Amino acid sequence: MAKRIEDLKVVGNKRLTNDFFVLELSGNDKIPDFKPGQFAQVRVDGSPETFLRRPISIHDVDYERNTFKLLIQIAGKGTGALSKLRNGDFLNLIYPLGNSFGLPVENERVLLVGGGCGVAPLLFLGKYLKSNGCIPDILLGFRNSERIIEFEEYLKIGNVFLTTEDGSKGENGYVTNHSILLTGRYNRIYCCGPDSMMKVIAGYCKKNNIACEVSLENLMACGIGACLCCIVDTIKGNLCTCIDGPVFNINELKW
Amino acid sequence: MVNLGFSIGDLHFKNPVLTASGTFGYGSEFDDFLDVSRLGGIVVKGTTIEPREGNLYPRMAETASGMLNTVGLQNKGIDYFEKNIYPRISGYDTNIIVNINGSYIDDYVALAERINKLEKIPAIELNISCPNVKMGGMAFGTNLDSAREVTRAVRAVYAKKLIVKLSPNVTNVVDFARVVEEEGADSISLINTLLGMSVDVEKMRPALSTITGGLSGPAIKPIALRMVWQVAKAVRIPVIGMGGIMTTSDALEFFLAGASAVQIGTASFIDPQAPVKILEGIENYLIKKGFFDIKEIIGYINRTT
Repeated sequence: MAKRIEDLKVVGNKRLTNDFFVLELSGNDKIPDFKPGQFAQVRVDGSPETFLRRPISIHDVDYERNTFKLLIQIAGKGTGALSKLRNGDFLNLIYPLGNSFGLPVENERVLLVGGGCGVAPLLFLGKYLKSNGCIPDILLGFRNSERIIEFEEYLKIGNVFLTTEDGSKGENGYVTNHSILLTGRYNRIYCCGPDSMMKVIAGYCKKNNIACEVSLENLMACGIGACLCCIVDTIKGNLCTCIDGPVFNINELKW
Repeated sequence: MVNLGFSIGDLHFKNPVLTASGTFGYGSEFDDFLDVSRLGGIVVKGTTIEPREGNLYPRMAETASGMLNTVGLQNKGIDYFEKNIYPRISGYDTNIIVNINGSYIDDYVALAERINKLEKIPAIELNISCPNVKMGGMAFGTNLDSAREVTRAVRAVYAKKLIVKLSPNVTNVVDFARVVEEEGADSISLINTLLGMSVDVEKMRPALSTITGGLSGPAIKPIALRMVWQVAKAVRIPVIGMGGIMTTSDALEFFLAGASAVQIGTASFIDPQAPVKILEGIENYLIKKGFFDIKEIIGYINRTT
């Protein structure tokens, strides 16, 4: 799929919590056929402190309206500037970038696991799976009940299980401790979140012989395989998160 | 029509906009965004004799108006380049220049001999200025005797155009320029990155795995421009300027200061079309100013001051 560089119009900016918001962007031409797991390199504002683009997952796609969404956590000045965009503003993107999650084999029981900002690519993945005849279970972890985002959106896809670190909603603790992982009912897990979380999930999957893909979020400059900054150590040597990933099968990673 | 061409000896470049090593892959990474054959040349990723995995992650840190990198010359080695990359890129209608690196002088010599045999590679860029490797690299480019020795050794075996890429991490870059010119370099490119560092205050540790790395981007442009100006006045061979060029205006500053050509580096990470946009901008500027040949503006500031 050809990569594009375009100025796209902001047609929505919805604040979800103190530090999460969703930008909706409208395509100039027909938006590409996105694959779940792909991302965009977003140009911020050209200020000296936000020099490089920000890699951000494709969160949701609406082909009828010709729009797609980015779920963004305010982590610094760049994402802070993005949070202030208004309808009608333009945003320069290089997209779609990266590989995608693999489809499950027929009759596999699938679980999506996301923590914090790591839920971003899972909404589009869940919808994509559902449209391909696979209804996944979804396990999401947040710090507390006030930080839960887009719960209703995920409910439209399948069963949703929750954890919060203070026990204010769902099970108390981390996603990695949730009781559904003890049921042994899953054959395939797709995971996105902090490295520490994904490593525990990867370990659980290896031990229980569960197919598992994770989406990494390494620091990158170019996003197109030129700068070699976003490397990840794999059994095939150093690979670029931006073009060889961001989705990796855990058996490829040296975790 | 405006003449944008420039030459290193008898090697002609259709225009003076090249891409800098390590920022443009092997060209094909950018095929979706621009026609690589429109460029004057591309300098491909730094190549070594043996494959190199490079440095550990994290390799990058954003800084004010720039970035630090510590890639450490990750590449698949000259065998892989000859077999798999060279056939793929030799179809581009532009000058493909290979940036070569070594830990020892023998490595540079062996690489130069190998690349000398590749018909579609008309020039090498001798990288004696990489700040991110433990052995070789910048060590050659920050010691006058070593710079002389490695240039002489490569010149003895390499018949095509030899460009030497200088380090800014020296007291007087002009001394290095003179030395490599004396030893037979056909052109000089500068500057490589400036050695810098960054600390992650939250994690309370260095931002880069190697602690220090190479600073690039607009933050270094005034330094690069000063060095290009100094060197261009001191040598007779063409100077290729680079360092923080993001816009047409940035590139023009280098020409006016004495560069015969420019390389676009970090800008390609932010706008993969930057090299072509800058090329078009240079042409428009020359037309607007009533010049017929880019050579008319090279070193222009030295005539008026």
